[in-house]
Amino acid sequence: MDLTHIRQIARELRGTVIELTHEAKPAHLASALSCIDILAVLYWSVLRIDPAKPLAEDRDRFILSKGHAALALYSVLAKRGFCSDETLRTFNNNGGKLAEHPGPQCIPGVEAATGSLGHGLPIGNGLALAARLAGRDNRTFVLLSDGECNEGSVWEAAMFAGKQKLDNLCAIVDFNKWQATGRSQEILALDPLPEKWQAFGWETVRLDGHDLGVLHAALTELPRRSGKPLAIIADTVKGKGVSFMEDDNNWHYRVPTREETDAAKRELGLVH
Amino acid sequence: MRNAFADEMTRLCAGNQKPVLLSGDIGNRLFDKLKEAAPDQFLNCGVAEANMIGVAAGLAMSGYRPFAYTIVPFITTRVLEQIRVDLCYHNVPATVVGVGGGLSYAALGPTHHALEDLALLRVLPNMSVLCPGDALEVRACLKAAMRHDGPLYIRLGKKGEPVVHQSEPVISIGGSLTLRKGSDCTILAVGNLLPEAMKAADLLAERKIDAGVVSLVSVKPLDGEMLTRSFASSKLLISLEEHSVAGGAGSAILEWISDHDPSAMTKFMRIATPDAFYTQSGKQSYARQQLGLDAVSVARKIADRLG
Repeated sequence: MDLTHIRQIARELRGTVIELTHEAKPAHLASALSCIDILAVLYWSVLRIDPAKPLAEDRDRFILSKGHAALALYSVLAKRGFCSDETLRTFNNNGGKLAEHPGPQCIPGVEAATGSLGHGLPIGNGLALAARLAGRDNRTFVLLSDGECNEGSVWEAAMFAGKQKLDNLCAIVDFNKWQATGRSQEILALDPLPEKWQAFGWETVRLDGHDLGVLHAALTELPRRSGKPLAIIADTVKGKGVSFMEDDNNWHYRVPTREETDAAKRELGLVH
Repeated sequence: MRNAFADEMTRLCAGNQKPVLLSGDIGNRLFDKLKEAAPDQFLNCGVAEANMIGVAAGLAMSGYRPFAYTIVPFITTRVLEQIRVDLCYHNVPATVVGVGGGLSYAALGPTHHALEDLALLRVLPNMSVLCPGDALEVRACLKAAMRHDGPLYIRLGKKGEPVVHQSEPVISIGGSLTLRKGSDCTILAVGNLLPEAMKAADLLAERKIDAGVVSLVSVKPLDGEMLTRSFASSKLLISLEEHSVAGGAGSAILEWISDHDPSAMTKFMRIATPDAFYTQSGKQSYARQQLGLDAVSVARKIADRLG
């Protein structure tokens, strides 16, 4: 597996997300940056997908349950060939298809409409169950935010997957330690997060959500021998990749200026 | 209606792998035959309705025909956002089936009453709403659901209601069923009040008032042709529903009148429950009497209006 290649892709994706945030002025830049490495590993080394056949029955499914990071997903899908760069640049424009939260099949590759938190995992349960009923070996990956784990429906879904032993299902929590207005571990009793998933019947792995090799190893090994659904608690940094954005929750809503955008891209090695 | 639902679901699942019944931990033993005939096509999703709707969405996106079933308030108001986003926004062929429509569970108190569901479900884009009036209409509605390509809500009563039809009718989404023609007035009966409407028509006949009865199976979309025809031929149309006067089938018809035939306003009256919680204990039949939904009250209101 060529980690160097994926590392470069992740850098470029960060640049795209920052540039488009500057241009189109959506919120949630830092939330998009924290999950870029997870998306890069999934889309360039894990998911069995084909941009030429976006609706192939046996494709792996990915749901961005933290729909507010849509710009990260759109950037990934454009770079992976599901839509053109031209389409990507219509993000947040009047009359376009790419809203700040993804609509159903707004572009090929978007499996589910998200934006209201707590919906992705229940739908993922249905997709995983359907694969099992049909005897297909495709897998379903759902990316949640740590703040999203406030939603009761996440835990309803966790109990269901645990009971049904959906070993073709993987939930990844982008554990960047922040939600909209504060520390996710302080707003509700989130801790102990991995143990919670484990207690709900999931095989649970905690890892560094920016370590591409570790992510690749964990994500490729599905289904697990335990026969349980897999929860990956990925420790991440909100705003990852840009020193003046990292772990600063103001960037949950802030839009970078031209100067900040250029500084960020210089730091990422995208401009000199 | 409940037993017809379970029996028809069993028939639909036998020999067809597409329908899948999801239950919110109700129907103890009701689905034993289905579980035996098609064990993979029944899932007890537990008392976790938000997840159940999401599971239905995922199954429907994958080519299955899920039916998510539990008591009306828990499969409608509790999970309205899941229905809106997961089913309606994605426009997938999943059917939400609520048991205990209206005051079927009067004795269980307002937590279990279902007097706002039609209002809430019918405003959702892409959603269609069916209210079968007897056990045979339930079977026909399920067949219609299997042919339908979008989200659907079916509102059942409970068990043991009178059967009105002689044989199973064919129901289309957007259609209605005329059971009895009348030259003086037509009662548009919604769901489980169909038998009361038939009785009310008999009582009106005793008073020399010729009342027709239509089963308004499809509350959304409405049967516009039937409404046009009925307003042209009747002196009075009456909507009769075990649902709040706010937002239900009667309100839908008022909207239709406003959009299509404003002159019909004077020829229309609504009979529904008040915009209030019904807090007395007791049976459905008693509640209906208290709220003026029993056949005697209905006939009296119509006769008074016709003078």
